[in-house]
Amino acid sequence: MKQESDTVFSLAQRQIEAIVIGASAGGLQALSVLLVGLPKNFPLPIVVVIHMPEGKDSKLAEIFRARLEIDVKEADEKEPLHPGTLYFASPGYHLLIEQDRTLSLSREERVHFSRPSIDVLFESAADVFGEHLCGVLLTGANEDGAAGLRAIHRSGGMTIVQDPAEALVPTMPEAALKLFTPDFVLPVRDINTLLVELEQNNA
Amino acid sequence: MCPDRTLDIELRLLIEGIYLKYSYDFRDYSGASLKRRVLHALSKFECETISELQARVLHDSQLFSELLQFLTIPVSEMFRDPTYYLAIREHVVPVLKTYPSLKIWIAGCSTGEEVYSMAILFKEEGLLDRTLIYATDINPQSLDRARRGVFPLERVRTYTQSYQQAGGKSSFSDYYTAAYDGALFDKALMTNVTFADHSLATDMVFSETQFISCRNVLIYFNKSLQNRAFGLFHESLCHRGFLGLGSKESLDFSAYAGHFEPVVKKERLFRRL
Ligand SMILES: C[S@@+](CC[C@H](N)C(=O)[O-])C[C@H]1O[C@@H](n2cnc3c(N)ncnc32)[C@H](O)[C@@H]1O
Repeated sequence: MKQESDTVFSLAQRQIEAIVIGASAGGLQALSVLLVGLPKNFPLPIVVVIHMPEGKDSKLAEIFRARLEIDVKEADEKEPLHPGTLYFASPGYHLLIEQDRTLSLSREERVHFSRPSIDVLFESAADVFGEHLCGVLLTGANEDGAAGLRAIHRSGGMTIVQDPAEALVPTMPEAALKLFTPDFVLPVRDINTLLVELEQNNA
Repeated sequence: MCPDRTLDIELRLLIEGIYLKYSYDFRDYSGASLKRRVLHALSKFECETISELQARVLHDSQLFSELLQFLTIPVSEMFRDPTYYLAIREHVVPVLKTYPSLKIWIAGCSTGEEVYSMAILFKEEGLLDRTLIYATDINPQSLDRARRGVFPLERVRTYTQSYQQAGGKSSFSDYYTAAYDGALFDKALMTNVTFADHSLATDMVFSETQFISCRNVLIYFNKSLQNRAFGLFHESLCHRGFLGLGSKESLDFSAYAGHFEPVVKKERLFRRL
């Protein structure tokens, strides 16, 4: 496994243009640690799928807006991705990224019992950004996201899996590790350091 | 390494081929979801490439009908987003009651769940007898299922809850009989319903209406096709007629933003100016 400083180097080399994150059970907590301290002028858009019960309004954007400096919103249909903005998928809809780097929604069948599904976001993002994408898979109790993260890996993107040893529910990270070897397996705190340093590196 | 764009070329050729051969126009649909569904179909039809699928689809109209099931997303629910129906009861029905007769249009009705929900609501509000309902879609198989009005029993429990949350005034079980293969809904609800094949992408307006509900269809269209659809709705709706969209759909950035005013913003209910 590579060291963290290599990671930053590698991130800078690759010119990452977007970050996608997937999480399920235990995800809120992990995500809070992951995103803390990202500066307002963070140069990348971040798109997040967290599994939530359908049929309820999501409070995610509200919760995180209060905690973070970057802009936070629920993803709207057809909106263009902006740097320094965190987008949450809405419950009940898959979230996809289009070739023109706008967001789109879909109400097709659930994938791994989930809508939004992490696989759907990751696969569409991999198709758009190729090697310029960073995918992060966090704690969760099902297998959604594993195939999607592998798709990012296959199109040359950077892949990071939360260390199952510290994940609240390790099923999801473990499912990914079973499928392929990601670039990094790290505790959330280190993933955070990495993202923050990446920004400083770019400045 | 750059993502392979060959797939995108093949996808475009397939969609163009379908348009030329079958007159179904998917050229202005959002690409990411369309691609996903076509790739899904590839494995179902055991094709190695989209090009192979294209060749088969062009020569086999039966295969095209099967592919259409992948392309059209025939997924629906009764009283989906109950608060939408509640808002219709509160804000749309009182105005509709002032008309002696009504025509409403449910565009992209899929397998009919939305039509039955609306018919039940209109019946409870005393409007059903004077209302003509046009329910349209481009998927003939979905329209057939809608006409049959049989829905899976295992979903009825969820529908019952949603019906109640939507302000249902009686008992949901009054509207169906449980048969061995599902819940068969009361045919009387469908007396004034016309199911018809109509595409928002290629067809014209067919009638004046007072209320249009078009939910979770426009999310699959690109901006220009969305504008075409809004144009049809604008033309069909009478002065001050109502338009209801899906919970994540919006008129805001469309060419028709200035031609409608929000009635209940959160429920995506609008009124034609
Ligand atoms: C996800 S379903 C929505 C069903 C229902 N309105 C609901 O919200 O539950 C989308 C429907 O739109 C239909 N559709 C797709 N393209 C269309 C077009 N160009 N014109 C009319 N309907 C279309 C599909 O066949 C499908 O039945």
